[in-house]
Amino acid sequence: MSLYTDKVMDHFEHPRNVGVIEDADGVGEVGNPVCGDIMKMYLKVEDDKIVDVKFKTFGCGSAIATSSMATELIKGKSLDEALELTNKAVVDALDGLPARKIHCSVLAEDAIKAALVDYYTRSGREMPESLVGFEPRED
Amino acid sequence: MRVYADNAATTYLSKTARDKLIQCLDEFNGNPNSLHSDGQRTQEALDEARAIVAGCINAARPNEIYFTSGGSEADNQALLSAARGLKAKGKKHLITLNIEHHAILHTMRKLEGEGFEVTYLAPQSNGIVDVKDVEDAIRDDTALVSIMFANNEMGAIQPIPEIGAICKARKVLFHTDSVQAAAHLPIDVQAMNIDMLSMSGHKFHGPKGVGILYARNGIKLVNVIEGGAQERGKRAGTVNVPGIAAMAVALKEGCDNMEENMNKVRALRDRLIEGLRDIPYSQLNGDPVKRLPGNVNWSFEGVEGESLLLHLDMYGIECSSGSACTSESLDPSHVLLGMGVPIEAAHGSLRFSLDIDNTEEQIDYIIEKVHQVVELYRGMSPYWEDLLTGKREHCIPEYWNK
Repeated sequence: MSLYTDKVMDHFEHPRNVGVIEDADGVGEVGNPVCGDIMKMYLKVEDDKIVDVKFKTFGCGSAIATSSMATELIKGKSLDEALELTNKAVVDALDGLPARKIHCSVLAEDAIKAALVDYYTRSGREMPESLVGFEPRED
Repeated sequence: MRVYADNAATTYLSKTARDKLIQCLDEFNGNPNSLHSDGQRTQEALDEARAIVAGCINAARPNEIYFTSGGSEADNQALLSAARGLKAKGKKHLITLNIEHHAILHTMRKLEGEGFEVTYLAPQSNGIVDVKDVEDAIRDDTALVSIMFANNEMGAIQPIPEIGAICKARKVLFHTDSVQAAAHLPIDVQAMNIDMLSMSGHKFHGPKGVGILYARNGIKLVNVIEGGAQERGKRAGTVNVPGIAAMAVALKEGCDNMEENMNKVRALRDRLIEGLRDIPYSQLNGDPVKRLPGNVNWSFEGVEGESLLLHLDMYGIECSSGSACTSESLDPSHVLLGMGVPIEAAHGSLRFSLDIDNTEEQIDYIIEKVHQVVELYRGMSPYWEDLLTGKREHCIPEYWNK
C-alpha cells in the first residue's frame, strides 16, 4: 500500500482554495517552523455563512492535503457547521492518513478554529462556548 | 523524463552482478558446507568471492572477510565484538560520531545499556570531524573508535587515514562504516590502519540482503547469529552464495572503474551544485569538495522537504529528504541537526545521490524542476511570507558560499 491514499495525493497535487483573502473577516495561524508545519486560514463571512475560505500552508504532503480538504469541508457552510469540523472528519474525507500524519489533520482543524476565534473577536460577536479559551494543540 | 537520483538509498543491480547471480542460482546452488561435489563447487565460488572482496580493499588475507546479511549486521557485529571482547581487559569506553547511521547509533545505545560509556563527537559545520577531537576523546579505557568513511545523507568524507593512524598509535581498535564509500572511494584497510570495516552489497550495484564485515586477523568476533560453523564460526546460517558472488563481482566492477566513475559522477554533482546555488536562501549541506562523488544535499528555507520530494516525483525525479515528515520520528535528520544545520533548514532539505547512469540532461532537468517546485511551495508557504516581510528571521544567508 502506498503511504498516501489517492484522495490525499489528489488534494496534494491539486490543492483547493490556496491563497489569501485580503479583506478576510477572520485569519488563523497555527504551527511553527521548528515543527515543520504552519497553516494559515482566511475566512470571509456573510450572514453567518462562510462564503469564501483560503489557505497557505508550509508543510509536508499531508499538511497540504488536509488544509485543502478542511477548506473544502467548510466552504459555503454556516459558522455553526464550521465549528463542528473535527480532524477525524478531515481524515475520513481523505480516506485516511498514516498514523504519524494524523497531527496534520489536528493542525487543519485548529487552524480553522483559530480563524473562527479571530472572526468572533474582530466582529465583537459573542464567542461560542466551544471556542472560549481555545488553544491550538500542536504548538 | 524519469531520473533516479536516490542511489544512496539503493542502486540498481548491474548486469555483471545479475549475470553472476543467475549463473550461481543455476550452477552453484549447493550448500558450501556439504562434502559432496555440488557443495564443494559452491564452496569454491564462495572462496573466489572472498578473495575478490579481500583484493578490493587490500585485506592481507581472504579469511579476514566475513559475509553478513548487510551493512547493518556488519556494523552491529563490529561494535558488539570490540566492546564485549575488550570488556574483560577493563575497556569500557567507545567513541563515535553523532551523525553515524542508526546501525551504529542504536548499537551504541545498546552497549550503553550494558555499562559502556560512549562519546558522541559532533563534526564541524562542514560535516567533517576534527581529527584532534578524536585524539582528545581517546582514554586509557577506550575500546573502539567507530567513524564512518562517508556520510549517507550529506556525503562528507571523514579523515579516515588520519584517524586510523591515531588509533594505531594509541592502540585503540578502529572500525569504519564504509557502506556509502565502498566501490565509490579508494579503500585500503592496511594503509589506512582500519581494523574493521562494513559494506553493503546493494549500495554498489550488488544484490540486497548481503553485506561484508572485514575484521583484521587477531580480532575476536562475537557472534550476532548463533547456530553453525559458517564464516569461521562467526556468522551462523547457510551461506547465500549466489548473492555473495554477485556482490563480489559488483564490488570489483566498481573498484576497477573507480577513477573513471568518480570523475564522471563528480562532474554531474558539481553541475547540479552550480545549478542550484542561484536559489536565494538555500544552501549545500556538507563539505563542497570532501564529499561523496554523487551526493548533493540541499536545504531550502521556507519550504518543507517532503512536499518538494513528492512534487519532484510527479515530474519523474526520485530523491530523498531529511525532513521530519519523511522519517519515522517527529524530528528531522539527526545528521543535519548533528552538524549544526538549523532545524528549520533541516526540514527543507533534499538529497540527490547520483550515479554513473545519470546524464547532464537529467541534471539540467533536476535543476529546472527544483527551481519550479521551490517557487511553487514558497508561494503557498506562510513561513516564507514571514521571512520576506521580516516577521521571522532567516537562518540561511541569501546566497550560499558567496
